[in-house]
Amino acid sequence: MEETGTVVAFWLFAIITIGSAVAVAFVRNLIHAVVFLVISFMGVAGLYITLSADFIAVAQILIYAGAISVLMVFAIVLTPQGERRNSEGFLRLPALVLAALMAATLIFVAVDTGWEIADRPGFDETASLIGESLLDKYVLPFEIASVLLLVAMLGAIVLVRPEGAVEEE
Amino acid sequence: MSVDLEHYLIVGAILFAVGMYVALAKRNFVSVLMGIELMFNAVNLTFISFSRFVESPNPLEGHVFAIFVITVAAAEAAVALGLAVLLYRVHGTISVDEMDLLKW
Repeated sequence: MEETGTVVAFWLFAIITIGSAVAVAFVRNLIHAVVFLVISFMGVAGLYITLSADFIAVAQILIYAGAISVLMVFAIVLTPQGERRNSEGFLRLPALVLAALMAATLIFVAVDTGWEIADRPGFDETASLIGESLLDKYVLPFEIASVLLLVAMLGAIVLVRPEGAVEEE
Repeated sequence: MSVDLEHYLIVGAILFAVGMYVALAKRNFVSVLMGIELMFNAVNLTFISFSRFVESPNPLEGHVFAIFVITVAAAEAAVALGLAVLLYRVHGTISVDEMDLLKW
């Protein structure tokens, strides 16, 4: 019963994710591409839920579908009208070949390798366990991540600040 | 019929390939960033599915790693989109094909 639901949800979200990702590659208008990108992120969040990763699914919707897509819309509207095409450059054919080869290689490895499958049910809830390991075993990367975010924020501000904005007292 | 690890890995592989095509082939700087974000998502999906299915003493490590990937992706997106705005201001275009200042 539960199994059927998971299978249906997996195929639904997989089709949404990959279909929207392909649409990002082929739609002509850049704003439409961002909308399809958001749909693809939502599909990935659904796949996380079928993997019983509740915290990551919520973080995915908050950060990718929320924050990063808004940043991209900002970057699009801050650049000129004429730059809103989503066209391919001269690398189109090599990129297509390379991507196809990459997909073939990864799928071959995924199918051919004998993974050590663990026979356990999905996690009941992950947020508290993730929080514990972030403050226990992974506390140093956790602190470094905060410094990284601070540096990225300062860097973004310094980059887009208008020239000579410091002189105004 | 059930959903196994391989299904998720194949979805991740296709998503990664599509993101790679977008990142390599597109002419617009923002489109290139979209491709990179798609690739980040594919990698995260693979981490989470390994975390769910594969035998491990500490099965939640994949989740923790995915959180760090999301953090770095957010920082990268902020700086790169700032760079896009700066490039437009200095150069008048954000087309990747026309960025050839270091060419000669």
